[in-house]
Amino acid sequence: MTTTHTTSATQLPSAVQERQRRAKLRRNMFYLVLLAMGLVAPFVAYPVFLMKILCFALFACAFNLLLGYAGLLSFGHAAFLATGGYVTGYLLASYPGLTPELGILAGTLMATLLGVLFGVLSIRRQGIYFAMVTLALAQLMFFVFVQSSFTGGEDGLHGVPRGHLFGVIDLSSNLEMYYFVFAVFVFGFAVIQRTVHSPFGQVLKAIRENEPRAVSLGYNVDAYKLLAFVLSAGLAGLAGSTKTVVFQLASLTDAHWHMSGEVILMTLLGGVGTLLGPLMGAGLVVSLQHLLAQSPLGNWVSVILGIIFVVCVLSFRSGIIGELAKMYRKNIK
Amino acid sequence: MTYMKKTLAASIAVAAASSMAISTAHAEISDGEVRIGYLADMSGTYRDLAGPGGQTAMEMAVADFGGSVNGSPIVIFSADDRNSADVGANTVREWIDQRNVDMVGGLVASSFSIAVTKVLQENNGLGIVSGSAASSITNEHCTPNHIHWVYDTYPLANGTAKAVVEQGGDSWFLLTADYAFGHALEADVTSVVEANGGEIVGGVRHPFPTSDFSSYILQAQGSGAKIVGLANAGADTVNAITTASQFGLTQSGQQLAGLLIFLNDVHALGLEATQGLLLTTGWYWDMDEESRAWSERYFEEPGRMPTMVQAGIYSSTMHYLKAVEAAGTDDPETVRAKMAEEPINDFFARNGSIREDGRMIHDMYLAQVKTTEESPGAWDLYEILSTIPAAEAYRPLSESQCSLVQNGSADALQAQASAALAWGQASRKGVTKGVSNNKQRAGAAP
Repeated sequence: MTTTHTTSATQLPSAVQERQRRAKLRRNMFYLVLLAMGLVAPFVAYPVFLMKILCFALFACAFNLLLGYAGLLSFGHAAFLATGGYVTGYLLASYPGLTPELGILAGTLMATLLGVLFGVLSIRRQGIYFAMVTLALAQLMFFVFVQSSFTGGEDGLHGVPRGHLFGVIDLSSNLEMYYFVFAVFVFGFAVIQRTVHSPFGQVLKAIRENEPRAVSLGYNVDAYKLLAFVLSAGLAGLAGSTKTVVFQLASLTDAHWHMSGEVILMTLLGGVGTLLGPLMGAGLVVSLQHLLAQSPLGNWVSVILGIIFVVCVLSFRSGIIGELAKMYRKNIK
Repeated sequence: MTYMKKTLAASIAVAAASSMAISTAHAEISDGEVRIGYLADMSGTYRDLAGPGGQTAMEMAVADFGGSVNGSPIVIFSADDRNSADVGANTVREWIDQRNVDMVGGLVASSFSIAVTKVLQENNGLGIVSGSAASSITNEHCTPNHIHWVYDTYPLANGTAKAVVEQGGDSWFLLTADYAFGHALEADVTSVVEANGGEIVGGVRHPFPTSDFSSYILQAQGSGAKIVGLANAGADTVNAITTASQFGLTQSGQQLAGLLIFLNDVHALGLEATQGLLLTTGWYWDMDEESRAWSERYFEEPGRMPTMVQAGIYSSTMHYLKAVEAAGTDDPETVRAKMAEEPINDFFARNGSIREDGRMIHDMYLAQVKTTEESPGAWDLYEILSTIPAAEAYRPLSESQCSLVQNGSADALQAQASAALAWGQASRKGVTKGVSNNKQRAGAAP
């Protein structure tokens, strides 16, 4: 499939080709600048705060893969975040010999498996029904987490050791932990970026735009959607697992449906269907919560976030990054 | 980004200011300031229990103390925990890392308090838990870095059950929230009731959370028990009481016993619904002259009477500041030791003292909610029936699973850890054990 892609590209007039090449160069430069910013960030801001943003950004990116590129609004993504978190937390707390990367791998794997299960059950429905099925399944998981003894129920799972990465690098220092989280985020982001720009991603977008047409073209729509769902679930699990290692705890907050709502807010605010939107949205929501919680407006966090959400939906539906991209296309290109 | 720059600038300014302060005088007080963080639910379910009112109480304590300790000013930071363990643990981590906060107070939802105490333990900070209910906070989750001040589920459940049986309420029907916390309460109450010659004639478990209690209340009415015990918390308790009142449960001769209910709940529900309810409280604003005087002073600002948690925040902050003054330092370990040395007797705590597991024990009270005829004022809600002495109220140390307490279970844990294991690993083992033991007593809301 990639070959057909390149051959069609070679047939394009050279001016267009040149413009495409330059756009790609610009994009790569942009990513490099972002990468450099990410590397310098812990010296400017508090690393734990940045790690929180990165974990939620990865979670939002995973969610965006499903909503933005496959057009599926899942209302149960908290289940994957929590599954990843609890499994990693439980393993690391119970088996002191286990290194954090193995714990995270196990958590991610478990969330992926859960994603397969949820996906198979929910993917046959569309729109509001899909959202409701995923919500119901996530609530089932919430019940499991409340009742199981290994999660600590209402108290949550505490005292998860950060441990030594690969048995060598001590993660108890915030700076080292930050670079590990940053690497995990970059990996997750790269997976999503690759997926979106692959032929697979093109098919997903086609399904999002017009599902019956994609079916008539001979695509096995259910299989594509399922794969997107599982990918998204796995990455959400990865975010949850990493988060547990950073904060050394897993709690019911992650499994609650509020969390599923919060990730929708982050994605919509930043810009659904844009790669950087969720990063922006997560950064904004986490910063606002952080900032407002310690200000005299502390009691109004939920209200302020709600108002922002309403304003966003009413006046700039494509989100911050979406609007910026539109402006960029209009004025600069 | 501007925010990050601002915090950076602020922290540089603070660092500069503090280094100057150190060079001038108070070498013993870190940064030349006693920094207290107030972390509680400011916007959610427990807003009325602790919330902004708790901050008012803390500010009152600081003002009453004179605003400074040995010439070093006292500074209060505050934040909303949003009842989330992540948010709480992060805030405290940041306060310690960046602002060098000496003590963290407030602390309401149990899951969040436990998370915070782990952070405090790791960073050698000091915390005073005032709002949480879970007795596990000073049991399997105990640390040398925190004190649990106001109450916990042990005296609330056991105190109420024992006192009620002694007053003749010997047949019980239990309404239990169907999760670890409810099960733990149910088990506690059952053993106390049976030990005192009472009988559990029936019970029902309801899902958590539940809004429609009618079928459960009907079962309770049909059971013929004298007492209907509510082994649940928060919104569940409120809903159960409302439904019981609508079904005329108390009018038909049965009595409700609340195992986890607070002044603000009773005030919100109103006397119509709650009259006759039996409960245990750590303090009541109208219980004597001293309490009344303090409460009336408090009432001026928020326009509400203080809950026991808010009064406890004042009491604990005061005791902390006195200890800092006496010790001449705000070093957590020294202050913690100093606090434990001094007995606590103020308007809030009677016969108070801090045990080695971090539990502050003090007299508790069995109260009954007044009837509408008895109560002349909006806040005149309880009648204190009897006092439960400090020594009997709380979980005895002999039953403690806390690793700081020298008894059987702690020794067993020590024996388990082989000599080769480093201390850090051993304490981690303790943590894991605590997690797996949660079936026994997992705390819940708050």
